[in-house]
Amino acid sequence: MSEASVHAAHAVPTSFIRKHVFSLDHKVIGLQYYGLALVAVFTGMVLSWIMRIHLVWPNSPIWGLGWLSKVGAPGGLVTPEYYLSLMTMHGTLMVFFVLTNAPFAAFGNYFLPIQIGAEDMAFPRFNMMSFWTTFVAFLILISAFFVGDGPPLSGWTAYAPLSAVGGDSGPGQAVGQTLWGLSIFVFCIASLLGSLNFIATTLDLRTKGMTLARMPICTWAWFITSCISLLAFAVLLPACLLLILDRVAGTSFFIPSGLNISDHLQNHQGGSPLLWQHLFWFFGHPEVYIAILPAMGIVSHILINNMRKPLLSHKTIIYCMMGIGFLSYMVWGHHMFLSGMNPWSALVFSFPTLVITIPATIMTLIWLGSLYGSNLRINSASLFCLGFISMFVSGGVSGFFLAQPSIDIYLHATYFVVGHFHMVMGVAAIMGVFAGTYFWFPKMTGRMMSETLGKWHFFLTLIGTYAIFMPFHYLGLAGNVRRYSAFTDDFLVPLLPVHKFITYAALFTGAAQLIFIFNLIYSRFKGKPAPDNPWECTSLEWSTPSSPPPFDNFGGQHLVVYHDPYQYGVKSSTGDYLMQTAPERSGETP
Amino acid sequence: MGGKIFAVLIIVIALASAVPVIHHTFLGATVAPPEDISTHGAEIDKQLDETMIEAGLSFLAAQIVLGIFVWGSAGRNGILKNFPGGAKYLVIAAILLVGAEALALGAIGTKAWARVYFQPASADAMPVQVQAGQFAFYFRYPGPDGKFGALHPEKIDEGNANYFGLDPANDVDARDDIQSGEFVVPVNKEIHLMMHAKDVGHSFYVRELRIQQDFVPGLDLNLHFTATKVGKYEIVCTQLCGLGHYNMKAYLNVMSQDDFDKWLKAQSQ
Repeated sequence: MSEASVHAAHAVPTSFIRKHVFSLDHKVIGLQYYGLALVAVFTGMVLSWIMRIHLVWPNSPIWGLGWLSKVGAPGGLVTPEYYLSLMTMHGTLMVFFVLTNAPFAAFGNYFLPIQIGAEDMAFPRFNMMSFWTTFVAFLILISAFFVGDGPPLSGWTAYAPLSAVGGDSGPGQAVGQTLWGLSIFVFCIASLLGSLNFIATTLDLRTKGMTLARMPICTWAWFITSCISLLAFAVLLPACLLLILDRVAGTSFFIPSGLNISDHLQNHQGGSPLLWQHLFWFFGHPEVYIAILPAMGIVSHILINNMRKPLLSHKTIIYCMMGIGFLSYMVWGHHMFLSGMNPWSALVFSFPTLVITIPATIMTLIWLGSLYGSNLRINSASLFCLGFISMFVSGGVSGFFLAQPSIDIYLHATYFVVGHFHMVMGVAAIMGVFAGTYFWFPKMTGRMMSETLGKWHFFLTLIGTYAIFMPFHYLGLAGNVRRYSAFTDDFLVPLLPVHKFITYAALFTGAAQLIFIFNLIYSRFKGKPAPDNPWECTSLEWSTPSSPPPFDNFGGQHLVVYHDPYQYGVKSSTGDYLMQTAPERSGETP
Repeated sequence: MGGKIFAVLIIVIALASAVPVIHHTFLGATVAPPEDISTHGAEIDKQLDETMIEAGLSFLAAQIVLGIFVWGSAGRNGILKNFPGGAKYLVIAAILLVGAEALALGAIGTKAWARVYFQPASADAMPVQVQAGQFAFYFRYPGPDGKFGALHPEKIDEGNANYFGLDPANDVDARDDIQSGEFVVPVNKEIHLMMHAKDVGHSFYVRELRIQQDFVPGLDLNLHFTATKVGKYEIVCTQLCGLGHYNMKAYLNVMSQDDFDKWLKAQSQ
């Protein structure tokens, strides 16, 4: 156990730039990450709308699009290559700038230091650099929309050699693809800095009495995620560097000899396309858990608070998260069953993939079992936690199909896969982010969000996301191939009514998110002033002297912690809960 | 109020989600695998069906229990109760029921995988080479000599129908090779498919055959299958290969042995 934070405190900033732009304050940086994720998620969502509209009404011009991209969408009609570009940008924005940034970097930055009683992160300057490096990565990626032949089209997975050979392989594969590689390269640097900072902060800056076992589950989740992230991005970083070298320096890491592309014999030899897939998925699979583990932590934390009783076993949840993090490095090959790697290795990768269902099921059963006999408070935050559990189950069971190589022969690269990862990694993680937003908004702004709007937002989002992503699975069972910009095949044409239904559902669900944006902005300025501890929660973020917390989080006091943060259903002077800082019971020492 | 709405809604959503899977139709479209026309596909289909039952029941059970528990506890303000037995039994249940079942099913499923990938094509299987390139498949038969001519990527000239880059002027083996844009095979005859990529990654997917395999540039791969039903089936590309990816397709034409022999003869003239 370490003593209260001892890092050299930085002075309270006075200038606008130091306060709000190049701030060293982890809270400001957390909000900056949140804001960037918000911009990215709405950009990504609009891109998905354009894709969905194009798929079902390919001959109807999309208003304003012709003006935005004269080459990609002449007269507002999306070309096949522009469809793939939109898809690539949608995936890249969502995976990197939303699912990595929002649940982990944004909330983690804001609340990890406070929840362990620290004044700031261990390395505030690194922290500022992490955010602004991420921002530069974002700008580089977005700039691909504005270069000569448009954004890259090889998907967020950027499979070589399509991604490695340059302009011969199609529009967007020249400058656009290089910008993609550069953007992700820069993003990796930012993530590595951020992860190191999270790990150092958790290990070194815990206040007196805050043993590892007394950390909230979400702190644990951010900590485990930062360990995963450190190892995963450390592999993607050099992979992106090699990809860029293949593109600009004439190397052949991922390009074999004898390729004839667009009637040009490529001047490369000796590279392996499978090497890129191995490196990419060595990062790519843990990335799924970088998105979902923080959401698991946030949901557990908020659910306990609203059930007014601890989980059946919160240690088991933490062990399961560790187990999942560990196993996440052994399963990357399940993305590659049909890639041409040795078919024996498919069995080797299938086994740990099936084993991952065990910790995931244990966690689900503990959440469900804990709900039994609780005094569940229903509010926007707890509803989104319940939505998370439901989505996690729905997206999880489809993983059971894809983990088996024999079934993957039929379902690989179909909409079944798209439905699976959107539910379990996309929607479930976003539900965790929504839960966190409704829960911590009072702490971050000093005002309450509208509960009425929040509940409408929840129910419309729940219905809408199921209406979008369940039918994706049905399409996959019919063998509907993914990443097609038009469905012209004999067997795909009859499936168009299903695609129309999904498009309507996507527009409906997207529109429902406007309620959230309105609530966010309206409540920020006009919301009811928040009491100090509106949810009667026990963890340290609710022991700060004000909302939002002062610059050093605790107004100069050093908190002392006496017990774990899940003392609910007890008798105390405050009601049915005991703050972590309350030394009320005998026998408990810091 | 919100809790009870959630409880009902989530059970309704779960049950409604199961209906198209049970009836194989959604909004008038058939949403199930087409009839299998391969000798190995039955095992894959059985595996898919059994997994659907296990995963489907787990899905329904979890959503319904979630609904019931939320209904019972939402807005409640009573004495807190613990789930009978606590976490211990739930952990044991997860390991025994779900874990063991998942692993057992996975182990059984390896049989279907093994049949496709661990057994090589038999010696009398008919060899056909398929080449994938942006954005077409081409098929090559060795001709009467039974030998394929060597590939010379620099000689590829689509304008003059030299799709594979053959060199018939200098290569005797290549002279009688037969090129085709359609994949014609005799029924009930094992086919040894040799897969070659011309430019970038592609994939070979025939739903009815229960076959899907990536093409890897620089790495020629082998597949084998036996088609059991005469007819025309679509071959589509399932690995993102560029702007024409959606339009990269060919037909698998399964014929009787007689019709196939006639077709082959007509091609070699």
